[in-house]
Amino acid sequence: MTAVAMTLDRPAAVPKAEEREILLSVENVSLSFGGVKAIRDVSFDIRKGEIRAIIGPNGAGKTSMLNVINGFYHPQEGTITFKGQRRHRMAPYIAASQGIARTFQNVALFKGMSTLDNIMTGRTLKMRTGILGQAVYWGWSQKEEIRHREVVERIIDFLEIEHIRKTPVGKLPYGLQKRVELGRALAMEPELLLLDEPMAGMNLEEKQDMCRFILDVNDQLGTTIALIEHDMGVVMDLSDRVVVLDHGVKIADGTPDEVQRNQNVIDAYLGVTR
Amino acid sequence: MEGRNPSRGPGLELDTLPKLLLRNAKRFALRPAYREKDLGIWQTWTWSQVLDEVRAFAIGLHLLGLKRGETVAIIGDNRPQLYWSFAAAQSLGAIPVPVYQDSVAAEMVFVLSHAEIAFAVVEDQEQVDKVLSINDQLPTLRHMIYEDPRGLKKYDHTRLHAFADVQDLGRKELKSNPSIADWWLDEIAQGKGSDTSVILYTSGTTGQPKGVVLSHENLIRTARNANQFDNLTEKEEIIAYLPMAWVGDHIFSYAQAYEAGFCVSCPESLETTVTDRREIGPTFFFGPPRRFEAALTDIFVRMEDASRPKRWMFDKFMAIARRCGEQILEGKPVSLSDRILYWIGDKFVYGPLRNQLGLSRLKIGYTAGEAIGPEVFKFYRSLGINLKQLYGQTEATVYVTMQPDGEISAESVGPPAPEVEIKIADNGEVLFRSPGVFQCYYKNEEATAAVKTPDGWVRTGDAGFFDSRGHLVIIDRAKDVGRLKDGSLFAPKYLENKLKFFPEIKEAVAFGDGRDYVAMFVNIDLVSVGSWAERNNVTYASYQELAAHPEVYAMVEKRVDEINQMLAKEPKMASSQIRRFLILPKELDADDGELTRTQKVRRGFIAQRYAPLIQALYDGSKDCFVRTEVTFEDGRKGTIEGYVRIVDMTTYEPAMPALKEAAE
Repeated sequence: MTAVAMTLDRPAAVPKAEEREILLSVENVSLSFGGVKAIRDVSFDIRKGEIRAIIGPNGAGKTSMLNVINGFYHPQEGTITFKGQRRHRMAPYIAASQGIARTFQNVALFKGMSTLDNIMTGRTLKMRTGILGQAVYWGWSQKEEIRHREVVERIIDFLEIEHIRKTPVGKLPYGLQKRVELGRALAMEPELLLLDEPMAGMNLEEKQDMCRFILDVNDQLGTTIALIEHDMGVVMDLSDRVVVLDHGVKIADGTPDEVQRNQNVIDAYLGVTR
Repeated sequence: MEGRNPSRGPGLELDTLPKLLLRNAKRFALRPAYREKDLGIWQTWTWSQVLDEVRAFAIGLHLLGLKRGETVAIIGDNRPQLYWSFAAAQSLGAIPVPVYQDSVAAEMVFVLSHAEIAFAVVEDQEQVDKVLSINDQLPTLRHMIYEDPRGLKKYDHTRLHAFADVQDLGRKELKSNPSIADWWLDEIAQGKGSDTSVILYTSGTTGQPKGVVLSHENLIRTARNANQFDNLTEKEEIIAYLPMAWVGDHIFSYAQAYEAGFCVSCPESLETTVTDRREIGPTFFFGPPRRFEAALTDIFVRMEDASRPKRWMFDKFMAIARRCGEQILEGKPVSLSDRILYWIGDKFVYGPLRNQLGLSRLKIGYTAGEAIGPEVFKFYRSLGINLKQLYGQTEATVYVTMQPDGEISAESVGPPAPEVEIKIADNGEVLFRSPGVFQCYYKNEEATAAVKTPDGWVRTGDAGFFDSRGHLVIIDRAKDVGRLKDGSLFAPKYLENKLKFFPEIKEAVAFGDGRDYVAMFVNIDLVSVGSWAERNNVTYASYQELAAHPEVYAMVEKRVDEINQMLAKEPKMASSQIRRFLILPKELDADDGELTRTQKVRRGFIAQRYAPLIQALYDGSKDCFVRTEVTFEDGRKGTIEGYVRIVDMTTYEPAMPALKEAAE
């Protein structure tokens, strides 16, 4: 037989991150709480289909940045442009309905509800029928429920959590709760997915699983991902581009390689005598 | 061709499994053949649909160039598509070789290259990656086909194909060239009963795996005998959850299913097996003893946490079940009051429990492979679950002995199965002869000659004897039965099993051959001991820490003491009392090579790996430092180290015959 190699090579057609269309851009954003300046004049962009990491030492303003992006915090200065639309002040639910979903640093699920129901809550914004119709479960609302259930089942299949479909999430180990939370964010079918430390507190195996899921989400669903993560190995392996914050200031922005070699970044992480 | 001989029985026309498929597609056309859960809903294929799927896939394989006599590796969890691949390959005269799906790539190399695999049909990306990583060691591999396309979109598809695409290839050909359907039937007609049906590699407690070659006749005759023995018909439902590479699954979920025409359900994933079983309600079920023990431990652990009234009810009615449940199951006379109490218990306790276990509709359950704890066995039977034992091996196409209804016991494995002859050699080894006797070990004449005598007897390698009822009792592997220095009998497995029947103990390894006394390694059961720790506010950070906890040691010590008292009562075994033991700081694991893939202890390997611990067991030291490697699931390695405490046990005087005692 011929020696045609079976390889894992990606086709060359996929454009590089820098050449893709901009999905979200942050321009000159500053945010302060009273006298504390959390973010100072930060600008960067997130391009369609990429995995963008936001890193930095503790208190660098990473979570604040995510909160600004999904409209939870309103920056005093600067603008956010999402899908070509500039905005200054926006409520989180509007950001959600426009296609931005997120998970949280600490798990924020409904502990008493099953995995299935928790993920189903992610569909709320997409439901059109009212409470009454849903309570009666007849006609259009029945059809709608079945349609949404199918989406949720696909997510359950995707994240390999079939075995905990009916388990109350409060009973699940931490790693699985994180996975359910990712599932709920995915249920919104977001264009931009914000992950706040998706791997915090996980063991090696759980981390590997989560990495695979993040890559699969990006690869198969085509979702753009912005993530905050402390595990540098994970960040360097997963992300296409990395932005580094320190004390609210952007100190570097580029590919993992570039960032790793950047002297400012090394100083920020290892500390320098000033 | 089916029309020529529609009768069941030893008809010449039904001598291969694809021929049975043709028959089923006609006779049981609209009956369910396979089920699989997709997006939370069970999807069913009827026998005629299965024929259609198999034909499309077979013709696709043919177009990709699969030839008669070539081998096809099948790797993955139990999926209908993989079962269809068996029939599709066999219909073209090719030979399927199922491979254990949880083996790491390095373990697969041997099997795949030894079997000279031409095609591989695998489940998903995980398996594709494994095979690709050893691709350069498999010069004969031409094409690989995967069932689940997830994550494989960007792979080079020159020699890699999706299962559905191969079927499409076949379907298009059937449309454009309808005569190929007849050609396919001719291909099936060319198959003979004596053809090789499948090669099953045994996981092997020692050395490299051996490929057991089974013919269609081996499988079909054995399947027919087994189905007739237990009256299994096309109405049965079974759930396929054991490795497809294991002969048991091959015969229960494939050969017997094809022979009787019953329905095979594939669980959604390995973790959902219990839930899926509850939904399907199998009527025929096989589980290794380990599984029944685990389910029992789980029930008792959960009962400990249940509310007081529930616990009271459980204890009350379980006492009644123990008293009369088994007799009622076997149709023996039982007093009216007990019958009424059992009936009430059935409504409130046994029925719901059976349902919880997913065994409500069970007609026949089997267990085999290891000894099952008498308590465990009795527990299930007293609930009204017809659990039986069989004894078998790959070389016999499973069945050597089977327990007929009404002749059940926990200690023996039953009389010879239909058409099986058994004899016991002078050294106690069990030999058998049957229509299921394997053809040979693939490309290994030496090994074949070592177990198969010229007149067709096969050495099982197990030591055993017939009891007074003519039932076979297996005591240990023939080669493992040893002697202590004083010449008394040492059967390690016998001791280990006794200890393992306690819920706190998951695994035990006995040493003693050629030594002064018996000593043991013990593995605690994390579920059971962990739950105990939780209830008693014992905190621990790791398995190692829990295993070394003084109270855990005390718990195990009490169990070992019970065993010693028990052994003292049996004159033959009294000198096998356990003098010293230790609790291992890590769980014995197949990934570290300490257990086989079927979870059997690899004694020799363990003895080598933990040599310092064994030395410490026999040199009188109070503790011993150990440092050992652990393999994580991703193949990375880590180490565990620490001091392990060794406990000295008191032994008991062997029970003397009463007469002698009186004389003194």
